[in-house]
Amino acid sequence: MTVKPQARPKVSMSVIGPIAALIVLIVMGALMNPNFLGVDNISNVLSRSAFIGIIAVGMTFVITAGGLDLSVGSMAAFVAGLMILVMNAALPSLGVGVPIILLGMATALVAGLVAGWLNGFLITVLGIEAFIVTLGSMGIYRSLVTWLADGGTLSLDFGLRTFYQPVFYGGILGVSWPIIVFAVVVIVGEIAMRSSVFGRHCAAIGSNDQVAKYSSVRVGRVRMATYVILGLLVGVATIMYVPRLGSASSSTGVLWELEAIAAVIIGGTLLKGGFGRVWGTVIGVLILTLIGNILNLTDFVSPYLNGAIQGLIIVLAVVLQRESKPGV
Amino acid sequence: MTEPVLSLSNVSRSFGPIEVLHGVSMALRPGRVHALIGENGAGKSTTMKIIAGYQPPSSGSVHVEGRETAFASMGEAEALGISLIHQEFNLAEQLTAEQNIFLGQELKRGLLLDKRAMREKTHELLDRLDCRVPTDRVVSQMSNSDKQMVEIAKALLRDTRVLIMDEPTAVLTKSETAVLMRQVRALRDKGTAVLFTSHKLDEVREIADDLTIMRDGSVVFSGPAEGMDEHAMATAMVGREMSDLFPPKTGSFGDMALEVRGLTVPGFAEDINFTLRRGEILGIAGLIGSGRTETFEGLCGLRSASGEVRIKGQPVTIRHPWEALDLGMCYLTEDRKTRGLLLQKGMRENLTLQALHSFARGLIDKGAEETALTKAIAEFDIRGSRGVRVGNLSGGNQQKLLFAKTMLSNPDIVIIDEPTRGIDIGTKQQMYGFIRGLADQGRAIVVISSEMQEVIGLADRVLVMRQGRIAGEVQGASLTEDAIVQLAMGVGQRAPVLETAQ
Repeated sequence: MTVKPQARPKVSMSVIGPIAALIVLIVMGALMNPNFLGVDNISNVLSRSAFIGIIAVGMTFVITAGGLDLSVGSMAAFVAGLMILVMNAALPSLGVGVPIILLGMATALVAGLVAGWLNGFLITVLGIEAFIVTLGSMGIYRSLVTWLADGGTLSLDFGLRTFYQPVFYGGILGVSWPIIVFAVVVIVGEIAMRSSVFGRHCAAIGSNDQVAKYSSVRVGRVRMATYVILGLLVGVATIMYVPRLGSASSSTGVLWELEAIAAVIIGGTLLKGGFGRVWGTVIGVLILTLIGNILNLTDFVSPYLNGAIQGLIIVLAVVLQRESKPGV
Repeated sequence: MTEPVLSLSNVSRSFGPIEVLHGVSMALRPGRVHALIGENGAGKSTTMKIIAGYQPPSSGSVHVEGRETAFASMGEAEALGISLIHQEFNLAEQLTAEQNIFLGQELKRGLLLDKRAMREKTHELLDRLDCRVPTDRVVSQMSNSDKQMVEIAKALLRDTRVLIMDEPTAVLTKSETAVLMRQVRALRDKGTAVLFTSHKLDEVREIADDLTIMRDGSVVFSGPAEGMDEHAMATAMVGREMSDLFPPKTGSFGDMALEVRGLTVPGFAEDINFTLRRGEILGIAGLIGSGRTETFEGLCGLRSASGEVRIKGQPVTIRHPWEALDLGMCYLTEDRKTRGLLLQKGMRENLTLQALHSFARGLIDKGAEETALTKAIAEFDIRGSRGVRVGNLSGGNQQKLLFAKTMLSNPDIVIIDEPTRGIDIGTKQQMYGFIRGLADQGRAIVVISSEMQEVIGLADRVLVMRQGRIAGEVQGASLTEDAIVQLAMGVGQRAPVLETAQ
């Protein structure tokens, strides 16, 4: 018999870990500030989580399939800038109204899709390392948005901004649009990861792309799809983001890529690929946002230490998820 | 008889609640070759790991030169002159032969590496092993047999007194095996105790002085190998009388299934022509590096290839593996661990990976997957708990699972590369039965194998490849080991040493 002991406790630890951390944070927050569990604050936390969250769901698929995308933060800034430019340019002919908003949204989706496709093309067709490709495109998009804004800020026309704002601030039954969209993306993502052929193929490719190839899986196409979907989701996130501030600059979306990747990893998806879970990513995003939120609501620890605490949590999450290597 | 250099007495080993070794005792003596045989899952690997200090025994003791020893680590065992060569090799793929051999024991001159001394020593070691691989070749570019020689050279450098080899010949061809055997004998004559496992009983009979046979975690025989023939070994391993290893050949074929004309796989194979009928098993023999695997990978769209291919009379173009699958043709890899199965995943995910679309209507029907798994476990006699990671299954069960996975997509033409590499004789017999069963169902089968007996016993007709070309075809009465060897080597010529990296 070569059956090795099953790492049962470890497996459940990786499931319980993130949930337990989230619960601890919520309890801490509730004890420190009575407003923490108020509807306003919860709504605020969820809306803020939505941008990174929507992107992180896409990132979960990319990482599960053994890839990585460092460009999403810059891509979001570039897409936002492009969207604002297009809408401002169309304003004289279309006027303030639904059509121009739809045009803006279409621009964001198409730009995200093309940007994701470009990453995917370089990675799957030309066979360049994902890290290198997206490190490059990260620089390119960041530089492009700076150039488009001429070093300053691209602002949406004031009238347009007022008209568009409900997409961030409005909602149905008191639930804001970003939260609704985030929820939909998460549910679809979770089902796709768990029970679709695509999700299973992502895990197979991330686990061992040779095995996938020899099993007649269309490795290139699946990989490409993960980057395209991520690009598209960056477009969706940008649609939610632009009405919030109505502007884009070179500092828009800075470090979003790292927050998204961190959320994915905290949630229990393996950085080297082969296994991913979307619900875990959601918990990861919530943990990261809550840390900032709690530091802001209490004066216990300086909010400037936000990054340090997030960093600790990321490292801790990976340590807890580490599997014991088999005896060999 | 000499005193044992290393002995196990009453060693047991448990993983969690499961005891996998029950009171194993055996002794390795200097200057003797000791073979450890048994079916997959009999406990050979665990025994070897305990001997090499990779794992401690749960109870019982390990004696080195009569003194009871508890290795705290494999480093300690190595310091006592005990080296284990893994079946999967333990070499740094991106380092050269020389760097690997001296890894951890680099020669220095002052603060810097003494590269010249190391290169000279490496030359000397590899020469002793008849290995012609350049010392600066990186391991990832080497053939399996060269990797094996580098492993042995590494052990030689470390003044090994006990050399343990886990299935050293599984990936070697006959001529390479002969070189290895010569080296093993040379080591033995210098007083090294050698322990090795193999599923090739003829080799065991040829070289072993002592023999230990294990079954279900216990030793069923341990003593001098003299007087044990292959039949006796097999019977002891399996625990019952072995009937014929190969199923009878039927010799009745159906329509033409596959016609290949002028198939060329750049760099590996040229101008390959053959035909295959339904119900026929076509054997492909040849040395490692003769382009067998690459030819059929090219045929199935796993490599770029050109040539004329007809399936059931229709001309087809296959550029990707899924196109081959859609046409009902499937290649089953020789390399189950890195190309065949997802070792980190369970049986269900592995079983359905290739035929996943047939389990999905929008979403994957996990119930149907479980049903398919139950059926596959019963049909192919896969042993092991359902929840286990595939990497923890024994080699034989992995191979059966891989087989079940391929058959789930119901191909008409099945190309099986090394169907029984590294699996025990009982499972081999089962595999042969499965393969013949497929042919009897009217499927067309190609079996690529380095084991001469296997090709001869299983195939209706055999193509022999040499240096990327088909050297000839043998069938019927002329299907003999001699005929195949002559074609594989090139008649009247010196055996070519053609070793392409895999």
